[in-house]
Amino acid sequence: MLAFVLRRLLQAILVMLTVAFIAFMLFQFVGDPVTNIVGQDATPQEREQLRADLGLDQPFPVQYVRFVGNALRGDFGLSLRQGRRVSALIVERLPATLELSLVAALLALFAGIPMGVYAALKRGRFLSQAMMTLSLIGVSLPTFLIGILLILVFSVSFKVLPSFGRGEVSAFGPWTTGLTSLDGIQHLILPSVTLAIFQLALIMRLVRSEMLEVLRADYVKFARARGLSDRAVYFRHALKNTLVPVITITGLQLGSLIAFAIITETVFQWPGMGLLFIQAVTFGDIPVMAAYLCLIALIFVVINLAVDMLYFAVDPRLRVEKPAGGH
Amino acid sequence: MKLLPVALAVALALGSSLSHAVTLRVANQGDVQSMDPHSLNETLQLSFTGSVYEPLVGRDKKMGLVPLLATKWTQTSPTVWRFELRKGVKFHDGTPFTADDVVFTFKRAAGEGSDMKGYTQSFKTVRKVDDHTVEIETNSPYPILPDVISNVYIMSQKWAVDNKAETPVDRRKGIENTASFKANGTGPFRLRERQPSVRTTLVRNFNYWDKVESNVDDVIFTPIGNDATRVAALLSGELDVMEPVPLQDVERIKSASAFTVLQGPELRTIFLGMDQKRDELQFSSVKGKNPFKDKRVRQAFYQAIDIDAIKARVMRNASTPTALMVAPGVRGFQADMNKRLPYDTEAAKKLLAEAGYPNGFEVGMNCPNDRYVNDAAICQAVAANLARIGVKVNLQAETKVSYFPKILRRDTSFYLLGWTPSTGDSHDVLSALMATPTDKGQGQFNLGSYSNPRLDELTLKIQSETDEKKRNEMIREAFRIHQDDVAHIPLHQQALAWGFSNKVDLVQLPDNRMFFKWITLKSK
Repeated sequence: MLAFVLRRLLQAILVMLTVAFIAFMLFQFVGDPVTNIVGQDATPQEREQLRADLGLDQPFPVQYVRFVGNALRGDFGLSLRQGRRVSALIVERLPATLELSLVAALLALFAGIPMGVYAALKRGRFLSQAMMTLSLIGVSLPTFLIGILLILVFSVSFKVLPSFGRGEVSAFGPWTTGLTSLDGIQHLILPSVTLAIFQLALIMRLVRSEMLEVLRADYVKFARARGLSDRAVYFRHALKNTLVPVITITGLQLGSLIAFAIITETVFQWPGMGLLFIQAVTFGDIPVMAAYLCLIALIFVVINLAVDMLYFAVDPRLRVEKPAGGH
Repeated sequence: MKLLPVALAVALALGSSLSHAVTLRVANQGDVQSMDPHSLNETLQLSFTGSVYEPLVGRDKKMGLVPLLATKWTQTSPTVWRFELRKGVKFHDGTPFTADDVVFTFKRAAGEGSDMKGYTQSFKTVRKVDDHTVEIETNSPYPILPDVISNVYIMSQKWAVDNKAETPVDRRKGIENTASFKANGTGPFRLRERQPSVRTTLVRNFNYWDKVESNVDDVIFTPIGNDATRVAALLSGELDVMEPVPLQDVERIKSASAFTVLQGPELRTIFLGMDQKRDELQFSSVKGKNPFKDKRVRQAFYQAIDIDAIKARVMRNASTPTALMVAPGVRGFQADMNKRLPYDTEAAKKLLAEAGYPNGFEVGMNCPNDRYVNDAAICQAVAANLARIGVKVNLQAETKVSYFPKILRRDTSFYLLGWTPSTGDSHDVLSALMATPTDKGQGQFNLGSYSNPRLDELTLKIQSETDEKKRNEMIREAFRIHQDDVAHIPLHQQALAWGFSNKVDLVQLPDNRMFFKWITLKSK
């Protein structure tokens, strides 16, 4: 057990170091921050001076070691664009992204599962056919298009929902949430639906196919033979067994929800980390880009690590690592 | 007992005025990068902070100079300007405005971390004469000084010292600065809330020294980067004003009855530059020589460009073709000289043949794709035009983040650039774009290193000439030389496009600044 955990941890550290290296490479190859910091009228000497002050003139390995050391302390320096601590910016933006991703994940889960069950049980009915078609659209339409379409329909045509921003938020310490006010919730609807649609379609299709699989299983036939009601068969026996892969997938997808919130955040001007990242890219704000990359990598690594541990707990086969002696 | 009804009436009046607070909701494609008025020399930055802070000398609705924090300015000797300061002005925190603040501001603007050094570089000293008089002494005569300092906003010395904001944010030392998210100016609006990239809120300063025509009580400024979302937010009534309107959406917004798009020429001139320094052109099929050193080649390029087609197709008519490197509205603009060489493919071919390139040649072209309106599309059109005279252009269009470092290193043979003279005066263009590059900052954006000694001489003289008529004559001569040499190929001035609801009454300045004190919201 310990060896397994240690190995996984070691792998995680390796992944993080690699990502940190890639993030660090940004400093070398993406644009020239100096041009962005100083205005048009700065002299060449001023530019050189700034380069030296930022440490951009030092040898590559020295810069890398210093970068990793600082990153471990959560210090990514000052945003070139805003002149503020990158860590402060990230902390400020994190709640918005997490709120959006979590609401989207819940939406996908609580709409996707019933829809999938329905589509499996009432196969061939018009409504389930319609759901399947819609889910195909949901999987294939790009997020930004869905977002723009929703804005067009609900904001511009019907004027019922706001098209941008987070609305009114209340702060609890460093955490901010829009869930406490009507205005905040209204602002959350379109972006979270946009972000949820892909996952929703995915979960629905997954539940449907798993359910169809399970319904063919012997124990379901036996349950029927025992004379159990449809309801008990479908929900107590079949659905429960369907949910295992669904929960695994949802857990893993949470990471990508957070990472791919970038597009949704851009379309809805949602003040989260993704928007911060995009703004950083267009400005060549490398400290922010590097911090974002490292943070997203960390989120993925932590989620994967947790899932691995869970498997370990659930699946006894994994515990047999070395050829077991005795038998 | 008698007081009660009065108090009630006042309370009611206050209550009703509060409930009818007029809120102006503004969006721009980008955010103001800092509240610090000296941290970045950029249009949006100066435009927004210009409602909170004020310069000594400001601009009126026609871009003319008007007294703001200075009531009068005179030249007491060729190198000394004297400013009489407005009395009774208070900063938002209540501190009275005095000569010390002015001296402090110019020191701050000229110091470490400031992006406004360009405006103060020829200052020798700024000294306090008495509490309401200040003198600025320059190294050489500086007739356009009042124009130049209209970009330097005055800060309170006491506030800056109290908040440890004596220098603009210094990214080199990794130190944050209160002035980048708080503000204390003398302007008609106060900063209430600053959430970078999310929302910045201003409220009216009711202790403002001047009468303000605006009825706006508070301003909510939101950056919305996505074009489609910004347009949608305007159309759905969540915004009152937004800018810029993407060219493809102009007609759509105009066709909606409740909205207007105001398009006006911007002071920025878009032009092409050519490497005239290297003996062998870097990115070209021509070896051993540099065709751009030959005026006939430069003129052939000029005459091969169909500027009217670019205006009609690429810019959807939202541009003003130009033959000069400055726009109307810039001091020193010569209306009678604004005649382009005719578009003539045959003449261009002939010129190329005379220069020894009857079959044309290949050349690399650098172009930004996210800096100016439809910049990459303009370059594509130019490349197509040049193909007709046998010149094969290898176009490299890229993001400004990688484009600017490249061309600033002068790693380019042929490039597109835009320039707005931030002082509103032709001297800025002569000195930055046309004069021979030196290591002292002159010709810093003359990226093709065009050089003409007579033009250099005129540039120096124009800087210190005080006689308006003589000065104008010299500008004419310099522009004439530049045109005769075909030193650059001017293309056009792009149009500004502001979209707003019909409830809004506003003033659009050609330098693209939006001052909230000139915006009125009509009730429906």
